[in-house]
Parts: sequence; C-alpha cells; structure tokens
Amino acid sequence: MRIVVLGATSAIAQAAARIWAERGEELLLVGRDPQKLEAVAADLRTRGGTVETVVHDLDRDQAGLVGRVGAPDVVLLAQGVFGDASRRDRDPEYAESILRTNLISPVRLLTLLAPALPPGSCIAALSSVAGDRGRARVGVYGASKAGLDSFLSALRQRLQGSGVRVLALKPGFVDTPMTASLPKTPLFASAAQVGRGIVRAVDMGRDAVVYLPWWWRLIMLAVKALPEGVFKRLKF
Amino acid sequence: MLPYGQGRSYGDSCLNDGGKLLRTAGLDRFISFDAESGSLRCEAGVTLGEILRLLVPRGFFVPVVPGTKHVSVGGAIANDIHGKNHHRAGSFGAHVRKLELLRSDGEAQELGPDDQLFQATVGGLGLTGLITWAEIALRRIPVAAVRMEAIPFAGMDEFLSLSEESDAEFEYTVAWVDVLSRSQRGVFFRGDHAAGAIHAPRGQAAVPLDVPAVNALTVRVFNAAYYAAQKLAGRSRLQHWDPFFFPLDGVAHWNRLYGRRGLLQFQCVVPTPEALRALLSEAPPSPLTVLKRFGPARSPGMLSFPRPGFTFALDLPNRGEETFAQLARLEALAMEAGGAIYPAKDARMSAETFARSFPRLGEFSAHLDPAFSSSFWRRVHR
Repeated sequence: MRIVVLGATSAIAQAAARIWAERGEELLLVGRDPQKLEAVAADLRTRGGTVETVVHDLDRDQAGLVGRVGAPDVVLLAQGVFGDASRRDRDPEYAESILRTNLISPVRLLTLLAPALPPGSCIAALSSVAGDRGRARVGVYGASKAGLDSFLSALRQRLQGSGVRVLALKPGFVDTPMTASLPKTPLFASAAQVGRGIVRAVDMGRDAVVYLPWWWRLIMLAVKALPEGVFKRLKF
Repeated sequence: MLPYGQGRSYGDSCLNDGGKLLRTAGLDRFISFDAESGSLRCEAGVTLGEILRLLVPRGFFVPVVPGTKHVSVGGAIANDIHGKNHHRAGSFGAHVRKLELLRSDGEAQELGPDDQLFQATVGGLGLTGLITWAEIALRRIPVAAVRMEAIPFAGMDEFLSLSEESDAEFEYTVAWVDVLSRSQRGVFFRGDHAAGAIHAPRGQAAVPLDVPAVNALTVRVFNAAYYAAQKLAGRSRLQHWDPFFFPLDGVAHWNRLYGRRGLLQFQCVVPTPEALRALLSEAPPSPLTVLKRFGPARSPGMLSFPRPGFTFALDLPNRGEETFAQLARLEALAMEAGGAIYPAKDARMSAETFARSFPRLGEFSAHLDPAFSSSFWRRVHR
C-alpha cells in the first residue's frame, strides 16, 4: 500500500506508521520540522518501511502538497495542536491558530484531495472525543474537532459510491507529548494502543466514526446525554 | 533530575525523591541498522524487547540480556547489566560502540569506549547526564530457538563442577538453588542458540491483585515443586528464546505475589566459592535464588558491577526491619569476602559498602553532571 501521513511526527501517527512500516508498506511522511521528520523516517526505515519525506507547512499551503502525494491508498491526517489552556482562552490570535491547524488546514486539504483519490482508497482523519461536547478544559480545541467531525461526516456521505472511505478516528485520553501536562488516570491509553486501533480500522474497511479504545463511545454517549443545565455546572 | 526508562531497577537507583525524572519512554526510535555488521543505532528509550521483536526474525540477538526484556537501552547501559552469558560476552557496556550524552549545560557529546566520560556513563546509574542514543553491536543467531539443558544438582560441589564444565561449552549458564534444602540442591540451566522450529508462546498469565503469597511455607512448597518439575521435564529441551531468557515476563505483575509491601532484591558478587557457601548458608527463604559464575571479562564502566567471582541474587518479601536485618547480614558477609553489592538491586547498602564495592568511585565522581542526582546517590554518597 502507499500511505501518506500528514503531521507524521505526531505520536499517534508514528505508532500507526510503525505497524505499516514493519509490514513493508510505502510511506510518504509530511511535516513541518525537518529534523523531527528525519528522525521518524529513519525509525520507520529501520523497521522495514520504504519511506519518503516532504517538509511542508500544512497550515500555510495545501494546494502545493496535493500535487506531491500522487494517488495513495491511505491518507492518515494527523496534524493537530492541543494548545496551552491559559493562552487559548484569552488570546484570539492564538485561538485562531489552533482552528487553522486542526480544522481549516484539513478542510482545505481534503477539499482539494478527495476528488483526486482513487476508488478503494481511505481517508483516515484524527479527530478526538473532545469534539463530542465542548468542555471548559478543551476550549477551542474541542470546537476545532467538532468542526472536523462534522466535515468528515459530510464528506463520507458525499463520497458514498465513489469507493473512497472516510474514517473519523476519535481517541480519548492518550499518553503523548500533547497531553504531557495532564495528570495520568486509568482512562489513558498508550499511543501504541491507539495506533493498533487505527491500523485495524483501516484494514477492516471501516467507513465510519471509530472511537479508540471502543468504550469511549459509551462514555461520550453518556456525556452527550447530560442536560445542559447539569453539564454547565460540572467540573471535569 | 534523573533519567527514567522502564523503572525496572529494584531499589531507589531509578528514583529521585523530591526531584525530577526525565522519562525516556518517548525516545523510542530506531536510527539505523546495518545487517552486514549487526550494528544497531537507536534512541535510549527503546526496550530490549522491542529490539528482539524486530530483529530476531532477521537473525540477530541482543548480545547481553537480563532476566526481563522490559528494560530500556539507556537503563541497560546505566546499570551495565549482565546476563546468563557473562562468561562469554561480558557485560552490556562491552557491546556499546558509541553513545550520545546530553549534559545539563546543553552540550551533547558523542562518546566511544576510549573516552573517560563513556566509562563513567556505562554503569553510571544515570548520574553523568542523559543518554540520548547508543550504537550496539548485535550478534547473529540461527533461529528463535534455544537448545537448553536443565540438570538437577545436590550441593555446591556439584554446582561448581557444573559451572566449570558448562561455561567452557555453553553460551548461557545459570543456576537456581533451593536455599531451604539442607543439601542446597538446585537446578543448573545451560543453553545455546540452536536451529530448530519452535513456536512462540501464546498468551500471558497475570496476577490480578496484591496477594501476599510468598512466605516460608509457600517458598518451601514452591521450591520442592519447581525442583521436581524441572527433574520431570527432562534434561534436554528445545525452547523458544522468550521463555528461556525471560520466564517472569510471562507472568504480568508477578511482583504482586509479594503483597502490598512488595519485595526487596539483593545481589552481590564474591570472589571465592568459600564466600559463596557462607552466603548460601545464611540465605533467608526465597523462591528465586539464582547463582552464576562471572567470567574474567573486565567491565568497561567505572562503577560496573560484574567482576570475576560468583554472583548470587535473591528476592525477599519486604517485612520491614526483619528483612533489612537479613540483608545487612548478607551485606556484611559479602564485604568480608571482598565482594560488591549491585546498585540496581539495592535498597539499603551503606555509604561505606558502596565505596568498598566500587574502588573507582572517586574517579567516577569527577564526571557527575551537577544537575543530576538520585535517591540512591544521596543515600550512598558521603
């Protein structure tokens, strides 16, 4: 398979890419930081993958990339930032930059890329359970993921019959650099665990919303069912 | 601060009470592997298990492995670990070609075996800075099987002659001893990488919660049963590498068998068989008493533990004062014999014992990184 990984230095993207590399797949890694990207590429090559890298700032330009990815079998879209809460809730420029990375950039990219994808291919985008209901602690990050979920849902419907699948991957808490500042609870999964879930969902030909691990679906059902009058008073 | 890998050291050498730990779990990338020379470069947080998973199918093995595969490369270097093949291969540090050390002043240095700082870092308990990557020479193996023999023995004389004979012929040798039996009977294990089809073990047992199951009675029963089982299983077997090298990795959370207070480990090395006999006669009941004769190899680190002689390790349920008194007795015997205690398995040795165990301590201290420290270091360093 030919697999494009956008935001390839993300811990979760790396975990999935490792499994693909060990299977000997062909990977094209896209990221901003040349040094980090090369470290990830070297790791995946050592594991047995055929790896190319493209240093590209996906926040600034999407069209330039579309021409370079060819016709992949899988696009793993993993660019995303969590943002630092104290700035996120006060600085509008900063809030906008989170929206740009997590929502505008994927929307622009997929708008351009989707028509170019061959039948049988799969778009797998990393969203989050945070998109299911806005919580004070996730602020604009949750909003960006809610927007992405909605866009992916629309895209999935639009591409029905074209043979292109759209997977919305929704991890819960994952122990990665993104969550380094959060105290770890038993709800946390490892990046490796989530990576396995991503590869499995792609392998199984899923074309839907996938919670990782699966039981987050139940937790979020309960969270979404809470009346707003109750929810707004909660501190979690 | 102190680098923290998998946290598999038994004592406080991987802890830093009141300070910071630098978790290396995220430094888990491979950098390059040269199948011609067997040279592997990887980041310090990569575990030996991950290396084996990836490279055993390609016909390579880690040159020195401890009793668990869940240790990081950085930890293996920082403790200059040894394995069942010490008599052939020496310690882990002897197979490290290069490493990069990041000091607290922000400077990263690439070091090789001839550098003083390298020799301080191998066995240096994480106190000289953060190892970011290392290059290790792997060894070739035929397939994933080990041809092993389990030979029951009765008493130290038999153990000594088995060591003598086996170390000459076999790559891996180790003995388990039943310290509760008057005769000090035990089972001598020896093995070599071998050709032969073998299936990887499936599944894993796990201990679901803390059950204080280890006491004098259960140890007696376990030791008798284990001895009998090894006798029954027959002398020669073909085994998959995983259970041969890492039997306890097959039981997740085995430490819970020691109850909430956990266990204390003790390991020392003594130069002579007489000293070993003296230690064994004093040893408190332990289900896991292990003996091995170290080879003549000179360890590369200033604070390396392995040295010629006999090493002896045991697990004890932590019963507070009583256990500490037992350990103090063993420590005194080891010191009397001119031996050494292993920091990676220590929770109580005195500063004096530490200094006597490691004659190059003064030389080592010159290479400490001023921003690095550990609970262990503050305990044993005057």
